[in-house]
Amino acid sequence: MSLLGAPEITEEGEFVINIGPQHPSTHGVLHLKVWLDGETIKKIQPHLGYIHRSIEKMSESLSYRNFIYATSRMDYISAHINNQACALAVEKGLQIEAPPRAQVIRVLLAELTRLSSHQLWWGCMGLDLGAVTPFFYAFRERELIMAIMEETCGARLTQNFNVPGGIMYDIHPNFQNRVKDVMKQIKSKYQEYDDLLTGNVIFQQRTMGVGYLSAEDAISYGCTGPTARGSGVSCDIRKWFPYDGYEKLEFKEILETGGDCYARYLVRMAEMKQSVSIIEQLIDNIPDGDFQAKTKMVLKLPKGEFYQRVETARGELGVFIVSDGAASPYRIKYRSPNFSNLSALSTMAVGTKIGDLVAIMSTIDLIIPDVDR
Amino acid sequence: MSNEEIKQQVSAIFPNVTYDESGEFLNIITTPEEFRVLMETLRKMPEFSFDYLFCLTCIDWKTHLMMVYHLLSKKQMHNIVVKAKISDCITPSINTICDIWQTANFHEREVYDLFGVKFINHPDMRRILLDEDWVGYPLRKNYTDENMISI
Repeated sequence: MSLLGAPEITEEGEFVINIGPQHPSTHGVLHLKVWLDGETIKKIQPHLGYIHRSIEKMSESLSYRNFIYATSRMDYISAHINNQACALAVEKGLQIEAPPRAQVIRVLLAELTRLSSHQLWWGCMGLDLGAVTPFFYAFRERELIMAIMEETCGARLTQNFNVPGGIMYDIHPNFQNRVKDVMKQIKSKYQEYDDLLTGNVIFQQRTMGVGYLSAEDAISYGCTGPTARGSGVSCDIRKWFPYDGYEKLEFKEILETGGDCYARYLVRMAEMKQSVSIIEQLIDNIPDGDFQAKTKMVLKLPKGEFYQRVETARGELGVFIVSDGAASPYRIKYRSPNFSNLSALSTMAVGTKIGDLVAIMSTIDLIIPDVDR
Repeated sequence: MSNEEIKQQVSAIFPNVTYDESGEFLNIITTPEEFRVLMETLRKMPEFSFDYLFCLTCIDWKTHLMMVYHLLSKKQMHNIVVKAKISDCITPSINTICDIWQTANFHEREVYDLFGVKFINHPDMRRILLDEDWVGYPLRKNYTDENMISI
């Protein structure tokens, strides 16, 4: 930008504009530099790091019990699943397993998290494309899930409910009944969701055939989650490398082959139904027993490297712990799903119109703190 | 393919690499010189076909830097870890692999940003998370900052 605020123009006559870091449709502080020819995107360059907190460096000075809570601030919409990944990684190092009761409660809360995350995305997706109404409908149901979270975990977003060896407390006595009520309500609203957006002609025109991502590119760019499954790439960690008892559950991995925004939209919509089905399978079958395995006060992992991956609402989260035998990790790497998904943005967006960029970003479902870490 | 079969196949082409099987995955440890050819082989040979690079990072062991690449084959469902030991900690460098796996583009920039490893032939070797004028590489063990506090 020049001092007078006139946009920069390159020698080829391309118009350079900045989208973000303060722009409602970037869902956070994402800064995109976009080269335009008329309305067509010629080049796109993400500028990251506006909220880089170096969680990896911080974790090196925290104990194995404490570093987990920093990860709630990465992907804050699915904080519970981040915590779960860390707890599982430490458990892998200690060679212990959470008791069955803890595993079931973890999965229940993880699926509730996924559900609430997808509802937030669904509401914002409408908002980004100019439909304000879905946002209120989505938050109506999301609020019910948040209330359950608050009652059981003590927090709405950053639950911090997982500890190495299980969960922090037992569930609230109301938990089962409330979850059953909410599931009933959500199931009765599927039709409403479809009427509002899925079958809406304007919405379909804004998303069908927009932001194409081929299966080869999706794998090469390391895309995971609904972003990759919309291109027909099977990558559900819950199926491939099951953890916390997902192998005992019946659910489908949703695949669409369209590769466009609409396909990614359909994947998430169907995933919500799968999450409800998982919750219904488990809610009446929570085993009795301990909710935490016995662990020492100060945890020390043996020398070595431990890798744990889980399926968050946005894709594959990997936690890579390098231990030198001390009470805090020597090195931690978080392989965050959004970082890799964002790198594919330029493949999807180049050649489309600037208005479609918003739809594309929306269907990647970016959470910027997870990109910047 | 099982780990044993991978080891046999790799050893036939690269006799100098060493292995470490103490962890969850089979680790192949190589040198920066041989690294690029090894990675190309792992991607392109149909027996291996490691098409998905799911984690790329670096570890600072104070005496040397260790690049760590986690690979998975979507077709055959086998995992391996490739490690390249960089002895030069002052001006570390290694060949890029971002033309083989595109996801390496962002991840290599992150490693450059936080560890200072230069990737030879990388198309856009700039810092990604920190400012361009940041001094030092924060994830290196000898990094100090006047604002750092210990918890």
